[in-house]
Amino acid sequence: MSNKKPEVQKEKSMLLQKEMIAGLFKDLSTAKEKGKKVVYTFVPGNITELILSFDMLPVYPEINALQSGMRKKSWEYIKEAEKIGYSEDVCTYVKCDIGMMLKGNIGPTDEKIPDPDLLLLSYTGCFTFMKWFENLERLYPGVPVAMLHTPYQEDGKITPGMVDYMVKQLKEDVIPKMEKVSGKKYDEARLSYMLEKSALSEDLLVKVLESAKLKPSPIDAYFAGVYYIGPIFTAFRGTTQAVDYYSELYKEIQERISLKQGPITPEGELKEEKYRLVVEGPPNWTNFREFWKIFYDMGAVIVASSYTKVGGVYDMGFRHDPKNPLESLSRYCMGCYTNMNIPQRVELLCHYIKEYSADGFLINSIKSCNSFSAGQLLMMREIEQRMGVSVGFIESDLVDPRYFSYANIKNRLESYFQMLEQRKLILQ
Amino acid sequence: MHRYFLGVDLGSTTSKAIIVDEEGKITGRGITNTRANYSVAAEIAKMEAIYNARFYILKKNLETDLSWKSEYHQFIRDIENVFQYLQFKIRLDELNKLLLSNAGSYFQIKVRSSLLQHLMQILPSLETKIKNEFLQNQLGLQNQFFRDVVTGIYNELVAEKDKTLFEPLMNVFDKSITPVENEILQVDFKIMVNQAMDILQKKYKSLPDNISGDTSMRFDAELNLLKGNYEKVSDTLRDHINRVADYELHISNMTGTGYGRALLPFPEDCIRSEILCHAYGAHAIFPETRTVLDIGGQDTKAIQVDKHGLVTSFQMNDRCAAGCGRYLGYIADEMGVPVNELGPMALQATKEVQICSTCTVFAGAELRELTNLGEKREDILGGLHKAIIMRAMSLIARSGGVFNEFTFTGGVARNKAVIKYLTALVKENYGDTIKINIHTDSIFMGALGGALFARRASELAHKMVPVE
Repeated sequence: MSNKKPEVQKEKSMLLQKEMIAGLFKDLSTAKEKGKKVVYTFVPGNITELILSFDMLPVYPEINALQSGMRKKSWEYIKEAEKIGYSEDVCTYVKCDIGMMLKGNIGPTDEKIPDPDLLLLSYTGCFTFMKWFENLERLYPGVPVAMLHTPYQEDGKITPGMVDYMVKQLKEDVIPKMEKVSGKKYDEARLSYMLEKSALSEDLLVKVLESAKLKPSPIDAYFAGVYYIGPIFTAFRGTTQAVDYYSELYKEIQERISLKQGPITPEGELKEEKYRLVVEGPPNWTNFREFWKIFYDMGAVIVASSYTKVGGVYDMGFRHDPKNPLESLSRYCMGCYTNMNIPQRVELLCHYIKEYSADGFLINSIKSCNSFSAGQLLMMREIEQRMGVSVGFIESDLVDPRYFSYANIKNRLESYFQMLEQRKLILQ
Repeated sequence: MHRYFLGVDLGSTTSKAIIVDEEGKITGRGITNTRANYSVAAEIAKMEAIYNARFYILKKNLETDLSWKSEYHQFIRDIENVFQYLQFKIRLDELNKLLLSNAGSYFQIKVRSSLLQHLMQILPSLETKIKNEFLQNQLGLQNQFFRDVVTGIYNELVAEKDKTLFEPLMNVFDKSITPVENEILQVDFKIMVNQAMDILQKKYKSLPDNISGDTSMRFDAELNLLKGNYEKVSDTLRDHINRVADYELHISNMTGTGYGRALLPFPEDCIRSEILCHAYGAHAIFPETRTVLDIGGQDTKAIQVDKHGLVTSFQMNDRCAAGCGRYLGYIADEMGVPVNELGPMALQATKEVQICSTCTVFAGAELRELTNLGEKREDILGGLHKAIIMRAMSLIARSGGVFNEFTFTGGVARNKAVIKYLTALVKENYGDTIKINIHTDSIFMGALGGALFARRASELAHKMVPVE
């Protein structure tokens, strides 16, 4: 066997995304000299269009953390955070992010990420986020903080009262703070125009994700899915760039469909789709490629995942509405996957198993991530009973390499794939 | 020609092999300690299973005779023991040579000659003791693995010697035992069984006229029968044994499983996960099983199976192996008692001292502290065994709980104290009606599942052959 690393195949959409990200970090690195204001905020329930409508630049600490994980830098940063007292049990995104800031806040393109001008706590479904921003507030004393409290869907629905409550916060606290920081007036027409673009990107993303209903699936909706959601979950939703990216991506996928091709992996096209899985939970970032390889080596394709809904469950019909901009942003925040209650999540995952003809359901549980991990075993049992599919459970971490045990994960996944294989063999 | 199927379970502590026949019935069992060279461990377990299968076939061929001639039972049992001893003997001779050679080149030149002198005294005693233990069935609770048996007796003999040479004696032993253990013996079954019979003839001839002692009544009766009858029994058996020795035991398919399965010299499609194998093995023996708990050397697995023996979900210990077989091994070392004696000691507990089961090393520290505080060893061990099961109960709950029949597998299932606490806690948590199955072959369940997978794959392949 050759020791040469397989060359990673890159499609036009991937290159496009790379350019977009490089452009953003370039803009961020020159933000201070160009007088641009910078807002730190979160992915779930992000109100990117509103930030962009004030000509401010968003920074997403979780994205920085996961990119540090992929770039093998996270341990260095986590170590820094632990040195100043963050315990082993704290969410590793937080520690990685804090550590990165302590080490000079150098981003994935090796350019410095500027200090925030506004800390926008845009999502409160994860309590760690609140603590995270409390810590950022201490790291950046004097920086204004805007908090948008997102009511959890405890009863499994978004009521008009919940929407009003959020719109009120936007009008009375968030927008005034943004106006003050940016020095610009709130421009609803501009926001609506952006939301129109958002809806266009959302339509295209849904088409991309739903292509996995085909057999063979032309995409991997988890490992490749995390790249597909990149622009829309972060700084580009509401931009023409995002619409262009999703148009290109969808075009490529349509081509794959017409050629009946399987998903693209880092080692080329997956030739034989053996197992179709629905996956719950975020992936591991420190060993992302190795983790993915275990799946594609076994012919496993992830046809749907909850993680790719963390920044919006668009395939269930939600679209940003240019006619009701603030109301729409509020509904978006409350509709994100981790803001759904456990029965809603179970319902969604069962829907995926059925609609995407999945053979199995797998959970990658992250011990330090409360918003995902709470209730996962319960969900697994319920899904197993309702859908009669084989279920699997593995554990790893987001960005702490100490908690990724390749041998253990491979052993469990091998067992799981053999379970699926035997089930197919015997029951057929 | 009959077809046989082999399953090899390469665990972290022991390697097991099982041979099943076309009906899926166990015909041979082999077990050895896992060592750095996995291929050797697998091969030794496999060879043992093949020898064991030949004895099984022998007994099956003699089924009618065995039912009314009880002396045959004793003779065959003795042959199996001496056969094992003869294999030990080959390894022991190799060990002797290597010990003397390593002593002769020991790095401290001034101790070489006294080291050699000591060894010259120790080695004959070592051989005699081992021979007696096998011939007189005195191995008792000990593991019958070469390394364990030899190490135990060698240590005893070294302890009787001059303490100044303790370290060199242990050093040369450590250096010699591993290469000897890693050698694969080429044994001719027929020759060796005949040798065993010759040895036994001598033994029976020298038996006193009336045997009675601390052995069982049946054993005495069988020996008494043999005393006057051994030559006739021997002649009849020799024919049968020669036929069984010449019998071609055709392994038509095999499956490797266990922690070291990827390292087994098996083709890729003959490798199966131990989760599936344990579940399939347990289901084969107890078809109503829906929940399987396997506690092996480093893994605890809670497995749910359906009526077909297919795994529907499983949970395994993650990040830490406290509460598994090696935890018990560590505790045994800390206490200075053989691991097989822990269970019986724990059964003497009058209370269970609370012990933390989250870390093996800390449990060792806790053990010392509790001993200092005056807690009885039995009570500490009672607590330790309970702690293991309390940990396993959490995994069982995570996997979905206990349904229908519950089967306990793995090496730890031989420990009676573990069984006591498991039974109590399963019944307490999942109701008195839960049937708990523990088979005498529990340690072999993974290998059995492997052999059955090999059999099923072969059946499916045959079905796929188009009928001409």
